[in-house]
Amino acid sequence: MPETTKGPAAAPAQFEPRIVAFFCNWCTYLAADLAGTTRIKYAPNIRVVRVMCSGRIDPQFVLDAFAKGADGVLIGGCHPGDCHYESGNYKTLRRFHLLRRTLRTLGIEEERFRLEWLSASEAEPLKAVVNDMVEKVRALGPLHLEVPAEAFAEEAEEVAAR
Amino acid sequence: MTTKPKVAFYWCASCGGCEEAVVDLAEQVLDVVAAVDIVFWPCAMDFKRHDVEAMADGSIVATFVNGAVRSTEQEEMVHLLRRKSQVLVAFGACSHMGGIPGLANLSDTASLLATAYCESPSTVNPEGVLPQRHSEDGGRRLTLPGLYETVRTLDQVTEVDYYLPGCAPTPKLIAAAVQALLAGALPPKGSVLAPDIALCDECPRKASKPDTLALAAFKRPSEVILNEEECLLAQGVLCMGPATRGGCEAACVQGNMPCTGCFGPTSRVRDQGAKALSGFASLVASNDGAEIERITGTIADPVGTLYRYSLPASLLRRRRVAVS
Repeated sequence: MPETTKGPAAAPAQFEPRIVAFFCNWCTYLAADLAGTTRIKYAPNIRVVRVMCSGRIDPQFVLDAFAKGADGVLIGGCHPGDCHYESGNYKTLRRFHLLRRTLRTLGIEEERFRLEWLSASEAEPLKAVVNDMVEKVRALGPLHLEVPAEAFAEEAEEVAAR
Repeated sequence: MTTKPKVAFYWCASCGGCEEAVVDLAEQVLDVVAAVDIVFWPCAMDFKRHDVEAMADGSIVATFVNGAVRSTEQEEMVHLLRRKSQVLVAFGACSHMGGIPGLANLSDTASLLATAYCESPSTVNPEGVLPQRHSEDGGRRLTLPGLYETVRTLDQVTEVDYYLPGCAPTPKLIAAAVQALLAGALPPKGSVLAPDIALCDECPRKASKPDTLALAAFKRPSEVILNEEECLLAQGVLCMGPATRGGCEAACVQGNMPCTGCFGPTSRVRDQGAKALSGFASLVASNDGAEIERITGTIADPVGTLYRYSLPASLLRRRRVAVS
């Protein structure tokens, strides 16, 4: 993966990305739990949301996370063939590919949206994934999704007050 | 002056199809005209802005505004009409969700102007003249409305009481809304004046939709000869029916074309495109990443398909703007 140029806002103080992580109850969430009990440290930039299955992650959740200020979204699910509900992770995989392409068209880089299969025992790989993603999103800089202030705002206020 | 309830119509960023829809009421339009006093309708009647300004606040019973909001003029008119009206109705997909003009949120004002005034093949403009907000002509100062970078829905600009969905709303729904308004029998504020069920529920092809669907490719209507009886999704065509509110009586499907989503989502869905994406992706007949990439790649224009009418109303609202 080529290193992207540093975002302008990353320059002064070190930019700390906020990453929303949706972890499956049966695998990745347990991997994060295992990382805790075995004192494996990973970057503190992720905010974990536990879901019963990665297949429960509605694309609306991902868009809402970005819209509400996340700089990245990470999804953790069971390895292919291991889904507790048989096929939830395959549905996630299908949605992931189409959603990532849609996000790209809307100007959100691929590195900001990531899907990883991590089993309950994979605390070390989880650490590697989180640290890697945090570094890549840090390099991209803040997402800054808000609709920018408009050039005619003053005029509009004037009119509204009339 | 009559004492009939006063009604107004206005258009913002729209195509004129919504005005057409009012005319499509056919002889019912006579009932409407008999029951109300139309005090402002730029498309059809010679009243001016100063006529509206002269009215007392709240003196218009209902104003129907179609079109998205892009320019400073549209914004001013919307605020003015809001103040003069008891009920403000977002009329049609553009004022409801942004509509087709809302797809401009994939671009920015500078590149839109460059395309329209400089780069299009039929344009001759060697000096690169672009519309200016202010200019001088014969000693007179001329002003044009300013264009905002982002297209907005009506309710992103001002408070909206009701939504009449559709591109354009059907005469049946318009008539029902006007009757409800005159009878004082309107539903709770904020309602969309159409049934709160998915289009599939009223689709004549509903029975032919298989219980499970698995698709190895998505097709555009131009790439396939469509069977006139069978569910369009089952034929591999992206039909937005499952993610779209009913009420149009499946007009497009009855014309053998897939639903494109103009009625917007039902009340349980926040983002129509995301919900449609979720549903379509689930139909992909593969568990393999590369194959899934290939199959979803057959959707030629995901944003233009999933968000054809709803990009400004979506969670992300627009293509991300680069911060300088």
